[in-house]
Amino acid sequence: MSSLLVPARGWFRAPSGHERTWIGLALCWCLVLTLMMPFWHFRGKQNSRGEAYLVTPAGFQARVDKFIAATKVGEQNGIPVVSPAPGGDAYVLARMWSWSPILKLRQGETYRVHLSSLDLQHGFSLQPLNMNFQVMPGYDHVLTLTPTSKGTFTIVCNEFCGIGHSTMIGKIIVE
Amino acid sequence: MSSIVQTLADGTKRLVNPGRVCATTGLSVCSTAQRFIKLNAVAAVVFLLVGGVAALLLALTRWQTVHLLNAEWFYRIVTLHGLNMLIFWILFMEVAILYFTCTTPLNSKLFSKGVAWTSFGMMLTGAVMVDVVIFKGQGDVMMTSYLPLLAHPAFYFGIILVAVGTLIGVFNFFATLYIARRDKTYEGSMPLVTFGALAAAIIAVVTLLHGAIVMIPTFSYSMGWTPQPDPMWYRLIWWGLGHQSQQVNVCAMVACWYFLASVTTGARPLNEAVCRTAFVLYVLFINLASAHHLLVDPGIGATWKIWNTSYAMYLAVLASMIHGFTVPASVEVAMREKGYVRGLFGWLTSAPWGNPGFSGFFLSLVIFGFGGGITGVTLGTQQINIIAHNTLRIPGHFHVTVVGGTTLAFMALAYYVIPLIFEKDFIGRKFARVQPYLFGGGITMLAIGMSFAGSMGVPRRSWDIDIAGVYGPAAHLMLGLVGIGGIIAFTGLLIFVLLCVGTLLFGASTEGRAMTDWGVAKSVTGAPTAQLGEHDHSATKGTFVLTLIFLTCFAVYYFANWKALADVWPVR
Repeated sequence: MSSLLVPARGWFRAPSGHERTWIGLALCWCLVLTLMMPFWHFRGKQNSRGEAYLVTPAGFQARVDKFIAATKVGEQNGIPVVSPAPGGDAYVLARMWSWSPILKLRQGETYRVHLSSLDLQHGFSLQPLNMNFQVMPGYDHVLTLTPTSKGTFTIVCNEFCGIGHSTMIGKIIVE
Repeated sequence: MSSIVQTLADGTKRLVNPGRVCATTGLSVCSTAQRFIKLNAVAAVVFLLVGGVAALLLALTRWQTVHLLNAEWFYRIVTLHGLNMLIFWILFMEVAILYFTCTTPLNSKLFSKGVAWTSFGMMLTGAVMVDVVIFKGQGDVMMTSYLPLLAHPAFYFGIILVAVGTLIGVFNFFATLYIARRDKTYEGSMPLVTFGALAAAIIAVVTLLHGAIVMIPTFSYSMGWTPQPDPMWYRLIWWGLGHQSQQVNVCAMVACWYFLASVTTGARPLNEAVCRTAFVLYVLFINLASAHHLLVDPGIGATWKIWNTSYAMYLAVLASMIHGFTVPASVEVAMREKGYVRGLFGWLTSAPWGNPGFSGFFLSLVIFGFGGGITGVTLGTQQINIIAHNTLRIPGHFHVTVVGGTTLAFMALAYYVIPLIFEKDFIGRKFARVQPYLFGGGITMLAIGMSFAGSMGVPRRSWDIDIAGVYGPAAHLMLGLVGIGGIIAFTGLLIFVLLCVGTLLFGASTEGRAMTDWGVAKSVTGAPTAQLGEHDHSATKGTFVLTLIFLTCFAVYYFANWKALADVWPVR
């Protein structure tokens, strides 16, 4: 019952024995956990810096339209397929319930991929790689992305956006 | 005011406030507090049942082979499940725990009956309002209700009522602490369980203020009075509510662990200063962890993300790791003092595993630590979140913290609350003894299924994954595990609810006598009577080995995830 009773006087004392050893070990582990993130920020290749710019949905739509007009190379099921210049900007627009356009990228090249939404929040989830980023209306979220593997990749929406949420599928092709 | 004098076991006398003296523990029970503990606990269990039925429906829908609900009802039931389980069941139960911890251990009466009624009335009205809006199909916005998704104004108003009602209950707790101190109902420092509850209450105030800051403008927007708040601002503040409220649960759960360790094995805290410091670390650092949900969001920089997600320097994680040692260590010392000294783990194998108060608490400790703690820190690492955000790994994590951890601990607590506060002996005791294993096992299986499916990229909150055409048989197998684990856990939950309700209706009264013992650890004949000190290295060696195993698992899982991250495309 002792944890329900008033502790005896003089309870405030330093830890000792195994308890002290464990606290020391745990504190060291916490230091490792803390240092790993700045280390990866400078040395690692996968980071989320949250680079973003304010944009109105109409403004983003206009930029996407211009981008599609300049880089369009085809169409799949009514969705334009675009081939942006390596090192340049690419746009993916999210809306209920589609991703547009389909990006055709080159392996090993770096692109600045702009993500935004016309309506609700959406989730950019690139499969089967399983890379996930938040897509917000009003924010132009820029990912500086380097595809290192070839193939057709699927964009799945993983932020609930209404009844058609699970049908919101897009595509990125890497050649 | 009629007072009685109570004589404690050690011969000291103390004043007892109106109420009764518990025939089992010899502690005083305030009759007003008792009434509101009952009311809040009953409401909690009702919402647990609503959320539980919802859980079963969801598990059977995510299991692609069964795929029970249609899309519309799936999202409706996800919303219902989240709010009833994470908010209503937990908050009502926590108010009950607060009323208990500020009265009985302090030998005090509850500050105010009127305040308690106001709190209960507002919480109940709000919760019912939210559930009605959801069932009418006017609140299909998930528990998070991210703007620009918009629900009926009554949805937000209901949540505000629940939040303010809870705040009023928390005020009653603080006021009771004040009058207990003023009237000198106890001398010295408050007991550890009350201290833990105090930490939970402080975090609850900060949490609920975030709730008010985010919900009031959203309610006003839903009424058409003010423009739409910024959706990024909404996420930032909402998680001050959404994440921190789970830390209230952690505090309340740890306080339950200390309580149940004491009543089932006679454990006493090894070093009160260490236990209390750990609670203070929660209060100081846990609110930073709201950043866990914003790690791949736009508009927030890496510095902000890294600093906040690390809780300054993982000091709140340190707190949990301390409790993860001190709780089992106190049990080990108590068991060794009773004569269970064989080997490293003789104390553990001889523990009262047939007592649902003990098995529920210890399983909660193990599931929370090994399952929830390790996954939580890893998924909350800034960069690793890229391969986890909004996948099923996230619910895989929080089902072993808030369900396998908190809910199971609260269930274990109920095996003592009902005999001691409702004064009814449990019926169906054989079922009660297996219930924690069924529930804990089921939820662990469900969480494992979710975590692995999430590692394969399966999104959370998604009605159907086959449309995407990228998930193979392994992902489907894992979703099957979610379904089966969900059925087992629901069976455990249903047994719990039926036992509680059945006991209230048909249980034998314990008025004026001790409760029927669930089976606590008894001293071995001929055991040495001397108390073991914390300096005695042999006294806690089993726990020390257990925590080293824990640390090894932690490190393996953590670095395996860095490796998995290194394998995806470079991005910045």
